[in-house]
Amino acid sequence: MRYLPHTEEDVSSMLQAVGAEDMDDLFSMIPVKCKMKDSLNLPAPLTEWELNAVMDGFSKSMAVSPAYKIFMGAGSYNHYIPESVSYLLGRSEFSTAYTPYQPEISQGTLQAMYEYQTLVTRLLGMEVANASMYDGASALAEALLMAARITKRKKVAISELIHPHYREVVRTYLEPGDYEIVELPRLENGRTDISDLASMDDLAAVAIQSPNFFGCIEDLQAAGETIHEGGALFIASFTEPLAYGLLKNPGCQGADIICGEGQSFGIPQSFGGPGLGMFACRMKHVRDMPGRLVGKTTDLDGKPGFVLTLATREQHIRREKAKSNICTNNSLCALASAMYMASVGGTGIRELSCLNYDKAEYLKRGLREAGFGIPFDSPTFNEFVVEFGNNFKDIYNKLIEQHIIAGLSLTPWYPELSGHYLLCVTETMDREDMDTLIKEVRS
Amino acid sequence: MKEPQGISGLKLNEPLLWEKGNKGRRGFSMPRRDVVPSPVDEGITGDGPDFPDLSEVDVVRHYTRLSQWNFGIDTGMYPLGSCTMKYNPKVNEREAALPGFTGAHPMLPIELSQGALELMYQLERYLAEITGMDAVTLQPTAGAHGELTGMLLIRAYHKSRGSSRSKIIVPDTAHGTNPASASLCGFNSVAVQSNEKGIISTEAVASIMDEDTAGIMITNPNTLGLFEENVREVAEIVHSKGGLVYGDGANMNAVMGIVQMGKIGFDVMHLNLHKTFSTPHGGGGPGSGPVCVKNILEPFLPVPRIIKEGGRYLLSNDLPESIGKLQAFYGNFGVMIKACSYIMSMGGEGLKRASQLAVLNANYIKENLKDSLHLPYDRPCMHECVFSDKLQEAEKVTTLDMAKRLMDYGFHPPTIYFPLVVHGAMMIEPTETESKEDIDHFIETLKTIVAEAKKDPDLLKRAPTRPKVRRLDETAAARKPCLAG
Amino acid sequence: MKEIEELFLPDEVHYMETHEWARDDGTSVTVGINDYAQDQLGDIVFVELPEIGDTLDKGEEFGTVESVKAVSEIYMPVSGKITAINENLTEAPELVNQEPYNNGWIIEVKPDDPDEINTLMTSVEYYEMLKGAE
Repeated sequence: MRYLPHTEEDVSSMLQAVGAEDMDDLFSMIPVKCKMKDSLNLPAPLTEWELNAVMDGFSKSMAVSPAYKIFMGAGSYNHYIPESVSYLLGRSEFSTAYTPYQPEISQGTLQAMYEYQTLVTRLLGMEVANASMYDGASALAEALLMAARITKRKKVAISELIHPHYREVVRTYLEPGDYEIVELPRLENGRTDISDLASMDDLAAVAIQSPNFFGCIEDLQAAGETIHEGGALFIASFTEPLAYGLLKNPGCQGADIICGEGQSFGIPQSFGGPGLGMFACRMKHVRDMPGRLVGKTTDLDGKPGFVLTLATREQHIRREKAKSNICTNNSLCALASAMYMASVGGTGIRELSCLNYDKAEYLKRGLREAGFGIPFDSPTFNEFVVEFGNNFKDIYNKLIEQHIIAGLSLTPWYPELSGHYLLCVTETMDREDMDTLIKEVRS
Repeated sequence: MKEPQGISGLKLNEPLLWEKGNKGRRGFSMPRRDVVPSPVDEGITGDGPDFPDLSEVDVVRHYTRLSQWNFGIDTGMYPLGSCTMKYNPKVNEREAALPGFTGAHPMLPIELSQGALELMYQLERYLAEITGMDAVTLQPTAGAHGELTGMLLIRAYHKSRGSSRSKIIVPDTAHGTNPASASLCGFNSVAVQSNEKGIISTEAVASIMDEDTAGIMITNPNTLGLFEENVREVAEIVHSKGGLVYGDGANMNAVMGIVQMGKIGFDVMHLNLHKTFSTPHGGGGPGSGPVCVKNILEPFLPVPRIIKEGGRYLLSNDLPESIGKLQAFYGNFGVMIKACSYIMSMGGEGLKRASQLAVLNANYIKENLKDSLHLPYDRPCMHECVFSDKLQEAEKVTTLDMAKRLMDYGFHPPTIYFPLVVHGAMMIEPTETESKEDIDHFIETLKTIVAEAKKDPDLLKRAPTRPKVRRLDETAAARKPCLAG
Repeated sequence: MKEIEELFLPDEVHYMETHEWARDDGTSVTVGINDYAQDQLGDIVFVELPEIGDTLDKGEEFGTVESVKAVSEIYMPVSGKITAINENLTEAPELVNQEPYNNGWIIEVKPDDPDEINTLMTSVEYYEMLKGAE
C-alpha cells in the first residue's frame, strides 16, 4: 500500500529492536477480552483508479451548475472562485501543516491569518476578528454565550428572520445553560419587529441577521440604538458577506459582536461544509472572545513576526474555564477567503456586489411584471421572496426536469407562508437563465 | 550521521497584503454585466471595505512566498503526539474537488443529491464498524465539536430518565477540550488521578462515581500513549451507577482492527477524521468529528439523519428527542469525502496494518531514545510515547529548548508540555507513514541534540536560527495585543 | 525559576497557602501575589481585577493573574469590601513581576474583621510550607 512504506525487512528488524516476536506481540498489553476476534468487516481496498470511478459516479449524480440553474441561497451561495485561489490552497505547506503552535516554522499560516483577521475587521467595520469558527451557525451560538458571559445575564432575543438552521443550532448550544430565548417576530415589510425590546431590560444580547433569511436588509442602526438602551449587547449576524461590498457594515451601525458565514468568499458550497465562521468584536471584549487569535510581535533579532496570542482564553490552557472548547477551527477556509478577498480587491468587491444586487433586482422586476407578488417591500441584496402561489408545486417539479431549481419553499419553517419561495441570484446567473425562468413560471 | 536535513533555503521576504498593490488592480475576472444597474437606497449603502487592490501575480507571489515559510507533512516528519500527522493522500484531494461535490447546494431536492447522501451513509457504516458502535452522526465539524455533541447526548439521555446529573469524571491526562466541552454542557468536571502505571484505576473511579455523575470521559489509548487496561471494569463501575462512558477517539490510530471501543464498554465516542483518517490539518482546520453511539443514544442524535428507504437515500428530521443541530447543514462534507476515500483505499486489513505500524514505529523510537531522554513510564507504549527533560536539568536545558533545536535540523517538534501529568513532557507520535530510515534519522538527530545539550547548551538556547524568524516575544504579544493591521 | 532559598519573602506581610500576601495598613488590607507566585507564572501579561465595592469572603476568588501560558486565580485573604484596585496594572502588568510587594499590589480591602489577617501565615511559616511541599 503506497501510504505504508515498511518492507518485511524493515518490520522484522524493528520488531527485533523492540524485543517483540511479531506484530501481535506489540499489543500484548491489551487485555484479551478487549481485543477483536474477527477482522473489520469493510469492503476490500480499491485501487486509485477504482476509487476514482466510484467517486466520479457519486459526483455525476449531483445536480450542479452549469447543467442546472439553481436559484437558491439560504446560507449556501454559488459564487465564482478564481482558479488562482484553488491552486494556491493546494500548496501543501498550507494544507498539510498543523496549527501554528511552533511559530518559527509556521510564519506562512500566521501571517496569512493575521491578514485574514484584518480583512474581516475591515469588511465588517469592527476592531478585532478571530482566526475562524466552524460556521455561521455555531459562531452565532458562541456570540450569544459570549454576551451572556460579559453581561452576566441569562436571557437573549433572536430574530425569527435569522436562518432557521442557525436558530436551531443556537437552541442546541444554549439548552444546557438554562438560558431564556425570546424570538422577535417580523414586520409586514420583511424586517424584524424590535418594538418588544423597549420593555426588556434584562437581555444579555439581541441578535439580528442582515440581510436576513428573506433577503431583506434590516435597519441595524435603529436596532442598535434600542438594544443598547436596554443594556444588552447587539449581535449582528449574516449569511452573505458579499452584501457588505455594497451595504453599510454592521460595525458602523452599533454592533458589538458580528458573526456569520464566510463561504461566499472563495469556499465551494460542498453540500454544506466546510464553511467559515467569521467572528469579530470590539477590542474591549477581546479577552472574552472564543477562538484563536494571531498577533504581531518581534523575534529575538527584532524582526517582525506573528504568533498565536491571548491563549489563556483557550481550552489547552484554561480547560474547564475556557471561553469555548474550540481547538481545530476552519483555518484553511479562512485562508481561502483571504485569498479571495485579496484577488477581488476593494474596487472589485464593490463591482461584484453591485452586479449581484442588479441581477437580483432584474429577476425581481421580471417576476413582478409577470404577475407574481413580491410580499416584502424592504430593500434586498441578492435574495428575495416571491409568492408563486399555492399551486406552484407542479410547476416547480416540472422545472426541475428542465434543470431549473426555482428557489426554496419557505413553508417548512414558515408554514403560514405557503406558496412563498426564496430566490437567489448571484453573478453566476446569466440574463438568459433569468429570462427562461420568468418565461417558464409564467406558463 | 548523513547530511543534516535542515539547511536554509532561499526564503523571500513578503510584506502584508495591504502594503502591496495599487488602486485599480484586480486579481479577479469580473463576470460580464448583462443587466442594467438598479438604484440603491443611499441610506443603506456603505463605502465598501478597505481591501487592497492586487493583480493575480501579486496574489500568487504573496501566498507562494508565505507558503515557503511553513513546514507541512509534505516537507518532513511531524511527530506531534496526539495529532496523528500522517501523510495526506493526494487522490483524496481529487475526489473532494469533483465538481458534483464542490458545486452541490445542501438544500437540493433529495432526488438530485443521492450521490452525496450515499457517500455519507456509507461513511457512517464504515465508522460504525471501525468503532463497534450502532449509529453515527457526521455533523460535528471537529473533535471538540464531537465532544460537545457527546456531552449533549449524555445530558439528553439522563434528562429523558428524569435525572439531572451534574458531574463528569475526567482523567488528569485528558486533553483540554474534554473539561472545556463538559463545561459548555453545564457539567462540573471531577478529576480522577492516573495511577503509577499511568492509567486509570478501578478504585479511583469507584471512589468518586455516584448517582450525581452523568458519566466519564476516557481517551483510549490515553495521552501517555498507554492502553487503559482497566477500561472494561471502569465502564462497569460507571454503568452500575447509571452513568455513561464517553470515548475521546483522538488516539484511534493505535487500535484500528484491534479493538472496537463499542464492544468494551463505550456508549458514545468521537473520531477525528483529520487525525486517524488522513484528511489534511489545513494549518488548524477544517476537521471533522463524527460521533458514534450505542443504540440507547440513537434517539438523541442530531438531525437530520440519513436513512435508506427502498434503495433511495433520504434526510429525516423525525427524531423527537434529538438534541437538535450542531452545524447549519450536515457537517464538513468536503472533509468526509477525503476520509471516505481513505477508508475505501485502505480496507479493513489496511487500516489494521496502519495501526500496527504506528505502534511499531512508536515503540522503536521509545527503545532507541530511552537512554538519551527520561522515560517516565518504561513500558510498551502504543502509537505515541512520552519523554521528559529530567536528564537535561543539570544543564538547565528544557523540553522547549530541545524542540526549538529540532527545527534547525529540519524536523517539526513533537508535542511539548502535554500531558500535564508529566513535567516537561515531550510526546512523540511518528504515525505509520514514516519510513524506518526517516525514523532512524529522527532518532539520531535527537541524540545529537541531547549531546549538544551537554557540550554546548547555548546552541539549544539560541535555537532556532534557520527558519524565517527566531524565537518570538510572546509576552509582548499578549501584553499589547496587535491583532489587525 | 528561583530556588526556594532565593525567594524574597518579607516579614512585614502575611502569606496564604495560595501564594497571595496581605499587609495590614491600619484601616485597610493591601493584597498582592508573592515572589514565588510571580516567579512560577513567568512574565505576567494581564491581571483581571474586581470592581470597587465588591464584597467577598475569605477564600473567595477575586481575580486572576495571567502569563502567556498559565492563569492563576487569586483569593481573598480576609473577608471584606474592595476599596481600591491597582489600575496601573492594566497598562503595566509587569509591575507584578518587578515589584510584587510594592507597586505590583493588586487590591485594597476594608476587612469585616480587622483581626482576621492575623490568622494568616508568617513569612517563616510560609517558607516552611514551601519547603515541605518540595
